[in-house]
Amino acid sequence: MSEFGRSVPRLEARAKVTGRAEYVHNMRLPGMLHAKIFRSTLAHGKIIRLDVSTACKIDGVHDVFTGEDIRKIIPEPYFGPAFHDQPILALDKVHFVGEPVAVVLAADPHIAEQALQAIDAEYEELPAVFDEVEAARSDCIVHEVLKPAGTFADLKHLAGRRDTNVTLDYRLRRGDMDKGFAASDHVFEHIFRTQQVLHVPLESHASIAVPGADSLVIHTSTQTPSFVRTEIARLLGWPENRVSVRVPFLGGGFGAKVYVKLEALAAVLALMVRRPVKVALTMEEQFYTISKHATTFRIKSGVKDGKIIARSCEVFWNGGAYADIGPRVAQKTGFTAAGPYDIENVSIDSTEVYTNRPPAGALRGFGVPQLVWAYECHTDLIARELGVDALEFRRRNILRDGRPHATGTVMKNTAIDKVLDRIAERMNWQAPLDRGSGRVRRGRGIAIGIKASISPTTSGAIVNISADGSIVLYTNTIDMGQGSDTAMAQIVAEVLNVETELVRVVHGNTDVAPYDMGTLGSRSTFHMGNAVRRAAEDAREKLAALAAEAGLPIGTNYDVRELFRKRYGMQAGNVIGTGIYVPAYTPPDPATGQSSNVTPFWMAGGSGAEVEVDTETGQVRVLRLVNVADAGKPVNPKICKTQISGGAIMQLGFTLSEDMVFDGGQVTNASFADYKIPGFRDIPVMESEVVSAVQETGPFGAKGVGETATFGVSPAIANAIHDAVGIRVTELPIKAEHLLRAMREAEGRPLGNGE
Amino acid sequence: MSTRREIRLILNGHAVRTTVETHRNLVEMLHELGLFGARESCGQGLCGCCTVIVDGTAVSGCLYPAVAVDGKHVTTVENLDANGRLSPVQQAFIDSGAFQCGFCTPGFILMTEQLLAQHPDPDEDAIRHYLSGNLCRCAAYPEIMDAVKLAARLKARPTGRNSAE
Repeated sequence: MSEFGRSVPRLEARAKVTGRAEYVHNMRLPGMLHAKIFRSTLAHGKIIRLDVSTACKIDGVHDVFTGEDIRKIIPEPYFGPAFHDQPILALDKVHFVGEPVAVVLAADPHIAEQALQAIDAEYEELPAVFDEVEAARSDCIVHEVLKPAGTFADLKHLAGRRDTNVTLDYRLRRGDMDKGFAASDHVFEHIFRTQQVLHVPLESHASIAVPGADSLVIHTSTQTPSFVRTEIARLLGWPENRVSVRVPFLGGGFGAKVYVKLEALAAVLALMVRRPVKVALTMEEQFYTISKHATTFRIKSGVKDGKIIARSCEVFWNGGAYADIGPRVAQKTGFTAAGPYDIENVSIDSTEVYTNRPPAGALRGFGVPQLVWAYECHTDLIARELGVDALEFRRRNILRDGRPHATGTVMKNTAIDKVLDRIAERMNWQAPLDRGSGRVRRGRGIAIGIKASISPTTSGAIVNISADGSIVLYTNTIDMGQGSDTAMAQIVAEVLNVETELVRVVHGNTDVAPYDMGTLGSRSTFHMGNAVRRAAEDAREKLAALAAEAGLPIGTNYDVRELFRKRYGMQAGNVIGTGIYVPAYTPPDPATGQSSNVTPFWMAGGSGAEVEVDTETGQVRVLRLVNVADAGKPVNPKICKTQISGGAIMQLGFTLSEDMVFDGGQVTNASFADYKIPGFRDIPVMESEVVSAVQETGPFGAKGVGETATFGVSPAIANAIHDAVGIRVTELPIKAEHLLRAMREAEGRPLGNGE
Repeated sequence: MSTRREIRLILNGHAVRTTVETHRNLVEMLHELGLFGARESCGQGLCGCCTVIVDGTAVSGCLYPAVAVDGKHVTTVENLDANGRLSPVQQAFIDSGAFQCGFCTPGFILMTEQLLAQHPDPDEDAIRHYLSGNLCRCAAYPEIMDAVKLAARLKARPTGRNSAE
């Protein structure tokens, strides 16, 4: 039986059901101190005075540190993947409510937490800006000067820019917009907005730094161990080989744990006190750490004879107080803003801005769900206005393989058409729907989207075969629940013709596993999968060389153990296979965004939703959610399906309930009591499907799937609501109150303010 | 803050005598004792990751003072395979692929054990109701539903838990 394509139970299944799987959350080390963070209560202000003397004197407090203490050790203690803008602890200014300002260390975390109350901070309040559109033009400047990290070539031109909140202004131009709109029979323009939400993995971020004689080990809940090592080494001015980053399993990630989060703080504290230091967040603190961009998207389309011939997109991304990976979201995702449609004339302006909100970064879909929300609501409105069926309109305009995307890259191995067809079939779209006539109305909607993958990028892997024939894979891909250990082991097993369960995976250890850009953007199955396949093939070739050396004719069925004994005279030695994968990539032209090869592969996904709306309360009930994805050939169909339904349910939360509520920059619902994520009672009938497709450049035809099911959920639900009650929602989350007000307004009996 | 109390309890069937600080919660005490299956996540008793069975009742370990288990029977997920074999519920969770990151899994499994002890053949609504206090951010809910039903079938077999393996 082929190992690739088999629904192997997760290799770590037993550890997980018995409660014995390792997480940094569980880790404790002898002599370890706990750090608790004192946070800013102001959205924007100068630090005038910071008095920690009382806190220092509290029984059980080991030490208290501020940003100035860190500056003595690291003169420029600023980190970040896109910009070096985030200080380890605030320096000179605070930029959002919840920003780390000081830290208390104690052996007992409760004592450290209590001592935070004794810290006294005085700020000079500065005007703050919170809205992404306003921030792009505001006189209120969050950071005086832009400091690109230099990691990404496409951000270098921003170096030294002053007095602006714009962290990236990405442009794409294709065709002639004026001509396109002039030639259109109809022009449609809408504005859509999305709210700020966050990942809330159930394991909050945790990092433990352990100082050695001339080295530092960091156990951390990161999705990007290689990046953490590089960044910590840079901050300390050390060679990378003195920093070791180790990652057990993650209790969820979803993009919250990419790049540096707590690692720099843990590292510098451990070096200052010469003891292991653990920094672990509470659930509340996740709300002050990283989030998903709120957006405003103005979209305008020109249509002629039922074909979209021109589309202009203006997207504003609310990046919050630190850039994190936000500028890359604006660019890498921005270029898909016109959607999975074949449009001759396209312009995209994608602008990311600093504001005084908690930082925004990568969250499952890297900005694509915000874009699909707008362009698929817009598409539905156009079809409705033209009196064309929503499915038929999409079919007429869909971007098919062999046709150029707005970037100029020709589409290949992207089964958007199949995704759309399968949604329509599962929804039984051609059959009439009983929409009801009483208090409760029903409706249905569909939506599709695409996402590009990441490039330039690198993944490396090592396959080690021991003299007893047992196999270990070393990889820095992190298993945060998506099942990467199992999938990678399956690829090794497929190449080496062994059972998957016999392959052991050592993941997340920069001392032994090669560089990997990160477990993010649904890139691991494709990028690391290709590297792992190459490493396994390399090992297989080396085994064959051993066999030839032993004088066995080519093609002989040999016992691996026998080979080692022949070569080394006893059970000794190793065969080490290595693999590196770097996909081809052509950087886009900075002025037009055009590129002949903008992504190693495309993800295509969509959803169909059936909803019920209570016209007396505005309550929406999703009855059925159909999610279809192009994942190439799935490595592990069972796990792949769970990724699809899991992604869709997460997006369901972002559609109907999740919302970071702010009052003057302060999040007012930073807990599960007030920030509602989906629970068992919120789950509709779920249908998940992977279309029959192949990614020719992927390992055995596979590609990523972690984000694909998030694309269509929100607009499919909004389109279904429109179908049910004739009301168009343009802002997320979809709240009963807003819907009820809109319905009553449409009926000519608006609700008063007090109602 | 650092008042310490000596307590005695039956932990996973074994008599334990330990000293705890009065401000520690049950999860922290279990971690001190080397049991990590119960985890604090939301810190408000809303997510179920910290589920522990105290005298036969599921409690939120993050809200339960450690000293309050003095004289009580405490059972954690680690007890389920004490004989070296997975329980039918654990096996059903594996067979159904009912988890991803695994952080919430012990809580779901303990609640499912409780559910099936009280209602050996629950319908979907009863399952949703019983597990509505457990959150799974990876959202493996459809698979958890399958797992609970499978576990009920495995437990109903006359051969009992052996049939799960």
